[in-house]
Order: sequence, then C-alpha cells, then structure tokens
Amino acid sequence: MKADIPGKPGFNFGDAAMVPVRFAMELVDPPLRWLQRTAGLGGMATFFLLPNMLIFGIFVLLPFFINFAYSMTGGAALFLPDRNFVGADQYARLFDCSNYLDPNSCAEDTFWTAVGNTGWFVLLQVTLMIGVSLVTALILNRDLRARSFWRAVFFFPVLLSPVVVGLIWKWILQRQGLLNFGLYGLGFEPHAWLNDRNWSFAAAVGVSIWAHMGFYTLILLAGLQAIPKDLYEAAEMDGTKPTRVFLRITLPLLAPNLLVVIVLVLIRAVQIFDEVYVLTGGGPGTSTLFLTQYIYETGFAAQLRNPGLAAAASILMGAVLVVLTLLQLSLGRSSEKKGDRK
Amino acid sequence: MSKTSTMLTAFAVGLLASTAAIAGDVRIMWYSDGVEGEVLKDLLARFMKDNPGINVVLDNVAYGVVREQLPVQLEAGDGPDIARVTNLKALSQHWLDLRPLVADAAYWDKNFGGQADWMRPDGSNQISGFMTQITLTGGFANKTLFDQAGVSLPPKDATWDDWAKAAKEVAQSQQVPFPMALDRSGHRLTGPNLSYGSNYIGADGKPAPLDEGAKNFITKFVGWVADGTMSKDVWVSAAGSTYRAGADDFINGQLVYYYSGSWQVPNFSTKIGSNFDWVATGSPCGSANCSGMPGGAGLVAIKYTKNPKDVAQVMDYLTREDIVKEFSERTLFLPAHKGLLEKGLDFKTDDEQAKAALNTFVASTSSLSDVAQKLPGWFWSDAFYGALVTRVSQAAAGELKLDEAFSRIDADIAAKVKDSGVK
Repeated sequence: MKADIPGKPGFNFGDAAMVPVRFAMELVDPPLRWLQRTAGLGGMATFFLLPNMLIFGIFVLLPFFINFAYSMTGGAALFLPDRNFVGADQYARLFDCSNYLDPNSCAEDTFWTAVGNTGWFVLLQVTLMIGVSLVTALILNRDLRARSFWRAVFFFPVLLSPVVVGLIWKWILQRQGLLNFGLYGLGFEPHAWLNDRNWSFAAAVGVSIWAHMGFYTLILLAGLQAIPKDLYEAAEMDGTKPTRVFLRITLPLLAPNLLVVIVLVLIRAVQIFDEVYVLTGGGPGTSTLFLTQYIYETGFAAQLRNPGLAAAASILMGAVLVVLTLLQLSLGRSSEKKGDRK
Repeated sequence: MSKTSTMLTAFAVGLLASTAAIAGDVRIMWYSDGVEGEVLKDLLARFMKDNPGINVVLDNVAYGVVREQLPVQLEAGDGPDIARVTNLKALSQHWLDLRPLVADAAYWDKNFGGQADWMRPDGSNQISGFMTQITLTGGFANKTLFDQAGVSLPPKDATWDDWAKAAKEVAQSQQVPFPMALDRSGHRLTGPNLSYGSNYIGADGKPAPLDEGAKNFITKFVGWVADGTMSKDVWVSAAGSTYRAGADDFINGQLVYYYSGSWQVPNFSTKIGSNFDWVATGSPCGSANCSGMPGGAGLVAIKYTKNPKDVAQVMDYLTREDIVKEFSERTLFLPAHKGLLEKGLDFKTDDEQAKAALNTFVASTSSLSDVAQKLPGWFWSDAFYGALVTRVSQAAAGELKLDEAFSRIDADIAAKVKDSGVK
C-alpha cells in the first residue's frame, strides 16, 4: 500500500492516526478471541470489569475492612497486630449517653457535639446550596450579556484549593480582617465574626457554598440546556404562567440532574472538613466542630491518639452516608418509574 | 542468556550504587521558630566539608508536621534519622541510645545530663539526644503602652491579679483591643496553675485529679476571657487541643501583656525592632509561688536509622561546646550546655531589649517550682495539657460551666490513661 504524504491531496490524518490503533487491535485480537471461547460472554464482562474491581477493592474495600478491624481494637499502638481486641467497646463508648440530644450527658460529648453540628450543617448547607445553585443556573441559562464571563466567575472558586478558600475568608472575617476594616471605614463597629458562635457557623456554611456552588450550578445548567425549547414555546403559546412553567416543565425535567446534585452535596456536606478547619479550627469552642474534624483529631492530632475510637466514629459516619445515598437513589428510581408510567 | 545476565548485572550495580548513596545520608527533620534553621544549615555545611563521607539532609518542616506526622512515621518504624521535637518523653521509645555510639558519653552526661531524663524511657540511662534550646515560659509587656498610659509596670513579685489590673488600665487608656493574652497551650496554662499551688502528679506517678490550685487559676482565667481582659481570639478561636499563639497581636501592638516564653525573644527582636519598647517580666506570682514552666526542643536520634554511627558523629559535632555556643549566640536561644552556661554567652544582637529579656529569663529559672522541674520528664504531661486546652477553651467559650469543665478534664485524662494500656 502506498502511503499518502502529509500536505498532498488524498492524505487523511484520521486514517494515519488509526494505523497504530489497528495494529494494537490486531495484536490483542487472537488472545481475546481465545478468552471469549474459553470463558464465554459472561466471563468477558468479568474480565473487562476486573481492573476496576481490583482498584475498588484495594483502595476502597480493603481500607474499609482495615478500618473496621481498627474500630474493634484499643490502645495507643498504631499497627493493627500490636493492638488489643476490645470488641464493640469503642462503639459502646460512643453510644454511652443518657440523652443523645444533650452531648454533655455523653461519655464522648465531643463526638455528639460534632454529630449535632454536622446535622445542622447538612440541613442548612444542602438546602441553601441547592437553592443558590438552582437560581444561579436559571439566571445563567437566560440570554445574559457576557454569559460566559459570569459562568467563569461562578465556577472560579471551584478551582481553588480548600485551604486557600479557608485562608481567603479568614483574612476577610478575622477581627482585623477586610470586612471589619470596611465596616470601620463606614463608621460601623467592628465585630469578631469568627469568635461569635452563630456568625462562625454561618460563615462555615456560607464559605462552603461559595466554594462549591459553581460545580453544582454547572451540572444544573447542563440539565437546563438539555430541556427541549419547544416545550417552553408551547407553554408560552398557551399563556402558561412562569411559575407553572417552572414547576411543570423545568423542575420535572431537571429532576435527574437535581438528584445527582443532591446526592453529591449531601455527601460532601457530611464530609465537610478542610476549608472550615482552616477558617475556624472548629471554634469558637466546639461550635463548628464537625464529624471529620473529630475523627481527625481523635485519630491523628490529639497528643495521645486513639485510632480505635476514630475508626469507630468513621465507620458510623460511613454508614450514615451509605443510608443517605441509598435513600436518594431509591427515591430517584421511584420518580423515574412514575415518569415512565406517565 | 547473555542478555539476561547483562540486565541482572546492571540491576545489581544500580542497587549497590543506590544503597551506597543511602549509606552516608543522615536526614534531619527540623522546624524553626526563627532563624535557627538557617544557622543549623550553615553549621552542617561546615560539618559536611570536614566529613565528606556523610551527607546531612536538612528537611525544614512546619511544627505541625513534627507534632502530627512524625509520631505516625515513628510508629511505622520509619521517619528521619534525627528530629527536632518537643514531645520528648511520650515518644522516647523511638529514640536511639547514643551512649555506645558517641565519642565521649561522659561529656554528654556532664553537659546535657540535666535534661537527659526528659527524653529517655523511664528507668534507663539512655542518651537520646540534647536540648537545642532551653525555654522558660514568661510574660512580655509592651512598655511603650504602659509609658503612654502613665501606668507603672508592676514589680517583679506582682501577682496575676496585679498584671490583669494594670494591663486593663493601659488597654482602656490606649484603646488596645485586649489587655492580655496567653498562648492556647496546656504547657502555657500550667505555669500559672503551678503558681497557684497545683500539682499534676499523683502519689502513684499517674495524673492526679485537678486540684484547687489549678481550679483557682482556671476560674480566674475563664473570667478574664469572659470580661475581655484576656484575648478571646487565642483561646476561643479553635476546638480540641489545637495550638494558637498570641505573638502576632503583641508584635502588632494590639496587646498590653502577653504570656508566652523565651523562644519569642528572637522573634520579637526581629519583628518589633524599634516599633515600640518591650520587656520580659518573668512569670507573675500566684498564691504559692511565681513559677513558669521549663521546656524546649530537643534534637533526638531515631532508632530506626540505617546509619547509627553517622548519626552519632553528627550529634557529637552539634554538641561540641564551640558549636553550641555559636548556635545559641546566633539564634538568641538559651543553651542546655552546662559548661557553656557557666562560662556565659555573648548573644549576637545589637538589640538591648532582647539581651535584657534573655537575662530576665535566665534569672527566672531560680523561681521554678519543684513540680515545674519534674513535668517535662513526666510521661503524662501531654495527656494533661491536651485535656486542659480542650476543656478550658470550651469553658471560655461558654459551652461548659467551670464545674463541668473540671470533671471533663479529669475524665479525659482518665480515659487517656486507660487507652494507653500503661499499668
């Protein structure tokens, strides 16, 4: 076969690029055919899934089981074989409470404070994040001037490292920060935002929304743009009110994207740590101490570490995340089925 | 066959070459409060010039890395060959015994023996390393603010109450946000606790329940945070046992009185410069005495090193009298070397305030209580400090009543003792 010369008529870059691919395919074809004959079609599926399963097994399942094993041990030693088996003692210690709503009545009061804080944080952050992301996506979906610029503006914080996010906001909100500087300049009294329990919690919620909403807005924006325009045109011709259009067309057709966003936001909210740790350090007091920071401090940062207790707390947190995810997925499936029946 | 042999030979040569390179390497994990990293780098360059077979690698890391990551590395039987640490006793099972390796163990015993017990397992005569600096907690006052307010500095034997009253008066007069600050650290809180007669060590050598001495000072302290005498920014601004210092506020002229320690002297000398006058005050008195807390950072050899002889050679060099002298004079650190302390030092600074402050700290060593001398070598110090910081800051933030905080401190320490498995 005579090869075409680049720059001359008849040369096709696509065909040229395919040459090594075809060569590789011819190379793997005989062993794959042999494998298919030997293992059958079902076996081939397993074969192709094996690398992923292996990675999942090594990096997710194995650490999970090791963590579970740690949660059944006590002592200060780090290595599993050096630790003594204590059964469910660490779990019993976490659940040793006379009133779960009053952390002070619990043996591990800090754990329950962290659970309570995380619960409130999830409730507030997920609700506000969905709301803000949806509104932003709806606005960015309209024919705005410099729409690409605005999209970039909202997406930019997503590119920042959580530590950078935490530091930026700390410089703004601390006692001698930019916000107080501005307030003082306008004649207002400065306020110690990060030393005030309510304000520091609000700051934790706000900063995490600011840092991540761009990502969720993008997902929702993609969903909005996939909704056929003719549906809106038909609604307009029928004189349907905008609220009804939103509730009857936009929201149902956006439901799959919304579900993805809810699951992602929920998981991330339960796992909140880095930016808040840098921003408030869990303070004032323990008002912004969340579960992941409790686990980190108990297992790694405390002057006498307790890896068993930290592992037990992380297993419980993992269990909550699994339940929440399964709940969301089952809700999603049932809404899909309803959609199919209609 | 010949191709395989060639490849195997090449692999073996490569392996030998790489281990040969590792054989003379000594890694030091080091953190700096000031300029000491630069000074050490300079001293090590001279050592390597004289000892070309030993390559010393200085890893400058943040203090948090030493505090949080080094213990994990050590548990894994890994880590550097030498490390600069403050958690000397609790990790002492990981230190290398240099006694059979150093050139003259008697020299070490004579000059660094005073603190040797701080860094070796109980009951042993191990030489684990030496203190790169001896520190002492104590206070600093912004003299310019006192002068401008027309308030005279409280005398040497002034109590914490005297300082609080004076600092408040100055802060009100000069419109300074906070009169006082004390680092968010159990070690720092311990000095005043001891001054009010506290004794952390029980009769069996294990932690004793929090006594009246500690409760008295903590009650005062929490009250001062609540009424704004003590800076909220330092103690209330974090959860758990996270360390926070108030040094930046003092440097920026936002604090009248700051309780920290001698390691701040070079920091203040560099950063405050001629912005304002400051003085070291020693530790204020309580009802029992006027004690600060000794401490410091030690340079220890790690027992998992592959090159113990090289490590011992580096340590021998760094403990030479002339080297310790140069290191201390250039860094403005108080040395641990007994012989050198007897001869005296000529700190390399033109800053008279820094020199005076260092002299104040040296003089304050005479007022240390007996318990203060024991605590750096006590295994349970860190458990005590961690519980103090966590619970006192919760009380200061208004989350716990004082009685609840006291019983939580006892419960936390008891849980740590139980978790450790130490009988």
